[in-house]
Amino acid sequence: MAERTDTKEQAEFREYCRRWLAENRPAPPSFRLPISAIEVMTDDQFRYLHDWQKKCHGAGLVGTDYPKEYGGHGHKGLQSIAIQEMGRAGVPYMLNIIGLNMAAPTILVHGTEEQKRRYLPPLLSSDEIWCQGFSEPGAGSDLAGVQTSAVRDGDNWIINGHKVWTSLAHFASWMILLSRTSSDDKYKGLTYFVVPISGTDGVTVRPLIKITGETGFNEVLFEDLVVPDKMRLDEVGKGWNVAMTTLTYERGAAEGAGSGGGISIDERVRQLVRLAKATRRPGGKTAWDDAVLRDHVMQLAIRAEGFRQTSRRARVESLCEQPLRLPLQQKVLTSELMQDIAATALEIEGAWASLYLGDHRAPDGGQWPLAYLNSYGFTIAAGSNEIQRNILGERVLGMAKSK
Amino acid sequence: MAQPKNFGFGPDEQMVRDQASRFLKDNLPVDRLRTLVAHDHHSAYESPVQPVAWDQKLWRDAVALGWTGLGIPEDDGGVALPLVALASVVEEAGRAAFPSPLLSTLCATEVLKACETAAAHAALAEIAGGAAASLATTGEAASWETADADVTATSIDHGFVLDGVAHFVQDARKAAFFVVSAQSKGGAILARVAADAPGVSVDPDRIADLTRDQASVRLQGVDVKPDHVVAPAKLADEALAKALPSILTLVAADICGAGEWQLQTTTEYARTRKQFDHAIGFFQAVKHPIVNMMLDLDRARSLVYAAACAVDHEPADALRLARMAKAAASDAAKFLSGRSIQLHGGIGFTWECDVHIWVKRQQHSQFLWGDATWHRARLAEAY
Repeated sequence: MAERTDTKEQAEFREYCRRWLAENRPAPPSFRLPISAIEVMTDDQFRYLHDWQKKCHGAGLVGTDYPKEYGGHGHKGLQSIAIQEMGRAGVPYMLNIIGLNMAAPTILVHGTEEQKRRYLPPLLSSDEIWCQGFSEPGAGSDLAGVQTSAVRDGDNWIINGHKVWTSLAHFASWMILLSRTSSDDKYKGLTYFVVPISGTDGVTVRPLIKITGETGFNEVLFEDLVVPDKMRLDEVGKGWNVAMTTLTYERGAAEGAGSGGGISIDERVRQLVRLAKATRRPGGKTAWDDAVLRDHVMQLAIRAEGFRQTSRRARVESLCEQPLRLPLQQKVLTSELMQDIAATALEIEGAWASLYLGDHRAPDGGQWPLAYLNSYGFTIAAGSNEIQRNILGERVLGMAKSK
Repeated sequence: MAQPKNFGFGPDEQMVRDQASRFLKDNLPVDRLRTLVAHDHHSAYESPVQPVAWDQKLWRDAVALGWTGLGIPEDDGGVALPLVALASVVEEAGRAAFPSPLLSTLCATEVLKACETAAAHAALAEIAGGAAASLATTGEAASWETADADVTATSIDHGFVLDGVAHFVQDARKAAFFVVSAQSKGGAILARVAADAPGVSVDPDRIADLTRDQASVRLQGVDVKPDHVVAPAKLADEALAKALPSILTLVAADICGAGEWQLQTTTEYARTRKQFDHAIGFFQAVKHPIVNMMLDLDRARSLVYAAACAVDHEPADALRLARMAKAAASDAAKFLSGRSIQLHGGIGFTWECDVHIWVKRQQHSQFLWGDATWHRARLAEAY
């Protein structure tokens, strides 16, 4: 069935996606899959998700709107359909999430023809995994403070420095890297590279353990890594501009090469309603019978629908006050909504919320305490939500820049 | 019918909205509004009868622009625009805090449109011709469930006799007629009653909102001829239920417009007011709550357009979205109002500052046709 907003082409493609996903949904793995790609730890998990993304790419559900010569499928306006349908089908998520969401669109916008032909096809098929080298121990939300240096040496660059919170680095072949090429100017002294990660002299990847007990992100140390100049993205000193492109995609203000699958916000709300109806509270009634808890759940349901409609409205120019106003809200809205949904689930579970992954009595397999703890990753990552509020206040509402 | 991706908001709708926006900017700047509603704090709070703030010429001009006939079918003298157009005009009216019977007339219009009787068509034609109307459908229980109506309709040879009181009637002193909900032996009916009909008296409430009036409408032996029964027994409930999504959407649209004024005005203050050598918007303790105002407001606005579009194109989903829109808008109204006073500091707490005019309008709208908690409870029943 077509969505009410579809063009004819979109409706046909949606129908194709539904059919294909129904016929090709992978068998559930014998091991646990983490909440998202950035917690992938084991080779089993990796292989399972790699094969799934490759299959989806082959079927045209990944890189759908990318040109064929770059490994895409040469359509326009169909990627979002594939993402929606993968979410609706509840199939596994895409493995190469940093590559699809951030590296691919950045390379597409700023890369040379040679770079696009070299990097994009294996990225889209998940044969080469990408990670992102932005954050540093001394520069988190103050992104322009990065100190990792790139010093010119003939046709090469010599890179030294220390990146942190680098999701998927342990599986990555490549990193998009923001580095300092001059200390004269905080912003104009930055240059952007793509650099090799796996099996490379001068690169050390060390796992960092999250508060959830999971790994998946890392610190990456560069000691005299030699990178040829042809791996530079855009001009020397233009790194900040390029990084802004990456962030626009990372924060959801634009759509990358496709990263469907996993659990959507709408599905999370449905799970929450099911949990509330199934959970007995002290006194014997269900959580759903408790007017206060039910009201909390409905507040979240309204926020979820509001988010959906705001995404829709953001595409209708005449219903937007300022051009960036709605797109820049996306990251704050989704991260806080997911966090609040998980927090409400814990309220509903009460003492049962103490049971974590691995406890056989844990409601819903202990996924809610995990989801709650994990949700802080998203209110901090990609520029903390405090930084996002500064950006909204300054760029949309024109208030004075906070230092 | 498919719900369009642009919320059904096309060039016609945009033209109507832009015209409304220009008209109100030109004719109702804040200083003009102040002379209408807030020129004198004594008369607003101490005179025995609260004055009606209403620039009748401005209203006649709005009517001449066709605002009251926007949603009325062409056969009844209107231009039959979709609800998204009405919502966007109401949004502009909210932004200007337009003291007028626009919202109450449009709400009555939505009920009359749902009746589909000859009497209802006649009433619609009158509204299209410029008559203001209001719903008198609420009893002491403050709901508009017809079972809660405190007005009774006694059947006589030709029509009914109405007795009782309708409460919380919006802009009652600006309305030419009321659509009254009354209980008859055969079930609830809706009747069109002229404001100056024998037996009708209007007891104004003293309300905080300076931009509206509200009253109890008393009916003592009021005769209703059959051609003024706009919904006979058993059809009244249906008509009210059918109109509810539109009404909730329109009230929420008014809130969103007023909210946009609150957001822009508070932002402007944060950009210009200096303390500790900085414009106060420099401080994150000020900047972040203003951004939160915008986030809450935009959620409600998106839901308003979605609800209006659903009324126009996908009625089966309209009530759910309209309740969501009203709940989100009511919550946003509370938050935006609180922050708009607080972030203006001491001046925000004064009569002299314009902020309170919108705060009071929002406070009134927050509870109009059901507060947020109420609508969330009703929504939960459908989950």
